[in-house]
Amino acid sequence: MRPNADRLILMYRNMVLIRKFEERSAGFYREGKIGGFLHLYIGEEAVGVGAIAALAPQDYIVTHYRDHGHAIARGLDPKALMAELLGRSTGVAGGKGGSMHLVDVSKGFWGGYGIVGGHIALATGLALASQYQDENRVTLCIFGDGSTNIGYFHESLNLASLWKLPVLYLCENNLYGMGTAVERASAVASMAEKACAYNIPAVRIDGMDTLKVFDATQRAIEHVRSGNGPYFIEAMCYRFPGHSMGDPERYRVKDEVDRYKQRDPIVAFGKQLEGDGVVDEADLERIEREVAQEMDAVASFADASPAPAPESMYDFIYAQSGTH
Amino acid sequence: MMEMTYRDAIREALREEMTRDERVMIMGEEVGVWGGSYAVTQGLMKEFGEKRVKDTPIAEGIIVGAGIGAAMGGLRPVCELMTINFGLLAADMLINHAAKLHYMFAGQIKVPLVVRSVGGGGRQLAATHSQSLEVLFAYVPGMKVVMPSTPYDAKGMLKAAIRDDNPVLFIEHSLLYPIKGDVPEGDYTVPLGVSDIKREGADVTIVAYSRMVHVALEAADRLATEGISAEVIDLRTLRPLDIQPLIESFKKTNHAIIVEEDWRTYGIGAEIACQVYEQAFDYLDAPIVRCAGLEVPMPYAKNLEALAIPGVGDVVRAAKELVG
Ligand SMILES: Cc1ncc(C[n+]2csc(CCOP(=O)(O)OP(=O)(O)O)c2C)c(N)n1
Repeated sequence: MRPNADRLILMYRNMVLIRKFEERSAGFYREGKIGGFLHLYIGEEAVGVGAIAALAPQDYIVTHYRDHGHAIARGLDPKALMAELLGRSTGVAGGKGGSMHLVDVSKGFWGGYGIVGGHIALATGLALASQYQDENRVTLCIFGDGSTNIGYFHESLNLASLWKLPVLYLCENNLYGMGTAVERASAVASMAEKACAYNIPAVRIDGMDTLKVFDATQRAIEHVRSGNGPYFIEAMCYRFPGHSMGDPERYRVKDEVDRYKQRDPIVAFGKQLEGDGVVDEADLERIEREVAQEMDAVASFADASPAPAPESMYDFIYAQSGTH
Repeated sequence: MMEMTYRDAIREALREEMTRDERVMIMGEEVGVWGGSYAVTQGLMKEFGEKRVKDTPIAEGIIVGAGIGAAMGGLRPVCELMTINFGLLAADMLINHAAKLHYMFAGQIKVPLVVRSVGGGGRQLAATHSQSLEVLFAYVPGMKVVMPSTPYDAKGMLKAAIRDDNPVLFIEHSLLYPIKGDVPEGDYTVPLGVSDIKREGADVTIVAYSRMVHVALEAADRLATEGISAEVIDLRTLRPLDIQPLIESFKKTNHAIIVEEDWRTYGIGAEIACQVYEQAFDYLDAPIVRCAGLEVPMPYAKNLEALAIPGVGDVVRAAKELVG
């Protein structure tokens, strides 16, 4: 089922919000206000927004370090997200996690994870908890093409298929793992084929097209929610900037990047909505303006937030035992 | 009180906790149909069914990974790693994931997971199956590492571990499974992170954990016949470490021997000795002595293996040199 006009507009707005959030965070990074690694989601917005729009509120998300877009698509507060990137006390993890480890369990967003592939195992376990407790819940697990070569990927898919766990694996195939092209790292050209090895139904889709991602995810979710076990989606996409800030980008030519930029998923989705009469040009411009304003507020909130107190250093190493 | 083996005490703890709390479940290699490689989980699959006692593929990463995810999602899993040597394949899950999530996500995610495993040597299993790797895990803030020496402690501490909201690595010793001891009937717990004086004495403090507690106690018996009174302290938990009873004991005896099955260099004893030096240097009558495993990959031959693991004779000799 196609989302109604309001939801389509919200999806478009989320894509613009992600883009502007990323541009702003890149700016903070250049100013030295964001430290560590910063992995941008620019160019891949259609995947996160299309897939996450198909989830129900009770569903879970577990993702990798390229997580800003997924967090925004799930409706996490951009102010608290940006504050986390800046390492402030108002951040989603109080400044303890940073860009790679965004979280908001109240929204079913169980974290971004920095160890490639590790979170695929955790997502599989979360799905086990849902199955065990008879919850009507699907866990969406998002990872890159590079993660499909790690042992965890294979151990997880095997177990999920064996135990029919309610997990949807979503591979964002952006053609590179850092600087290594997928064909230089994977003996199998299609990541979806790897899922077939574990008897998991899989599709390969155009990840630059928001509604195609939405449709495929909706179908996959239905399969998983009905108790048929896991499903696998490989979304073909492309990241416009480097792997992380400061990537010298020796592994791809500018032509290739430019070619993909011609297919900018936000522009494409905007045109599609215009063509379908959901919005007109003025609406798109207005959304652009509103989001830019929102980003100003997000950035000044984050930048004005205090650093975590030194006394918070030892907070949360252990949970105080009690009821879970 | 009832006399019971260490193995049966652990099984009783599992059975009672599973009866008490629906969320407690077991997974691991050969835990179900086989009954556990060391027969600890024998009969539990029959009693609780395949939903709550799950045989897994031979895939340590996903055993612990799914355990972490399931714990995040509301279960209280007890994962079994056949031995701690194979636990290295899950070290990333324990160290990079289980121990980090509560802190990194500022308390939003709890991991009430117990990983049971078997460590130590003495059964002629040679280099890859005889290691004492507890220090690797006890090194990590966020982990709890428990190594009980008696049936009483094993049962009470496993129940406490299952009720704890943090990841607990519970390391058993295969040579302890048949030993017998008094265990109260019904429910009781032994708190994690509390050392225990297993025998009182005045002349020398012998610190040990796991099987080495029995070596220390036997040594203390022999020393008593020669007029040396040894106090034996069982650490029981390696992290969080309860050093105070040991410091108090040392202030009384002014001599300490640490008996550890792990390797001497960088081992548990090194840390204990340093903390004693830091906190009770003025009470030192002689350097602290370590009776530790020899620094070799464990040899297979019976005589060589016996030499590589600290024995009663080593401890008696060390004590006589120290206070004689
Ligand atoms: C276990 C592990 N090995 C290496 C790294 C360093 N690393 C971070 S991202 C990355 C590339 C991953 O590529 P992919 O899974 O395709 O995701 P993408 O970044 O393209 O979204 C690497 C090698 C890591 N974080 N974890």
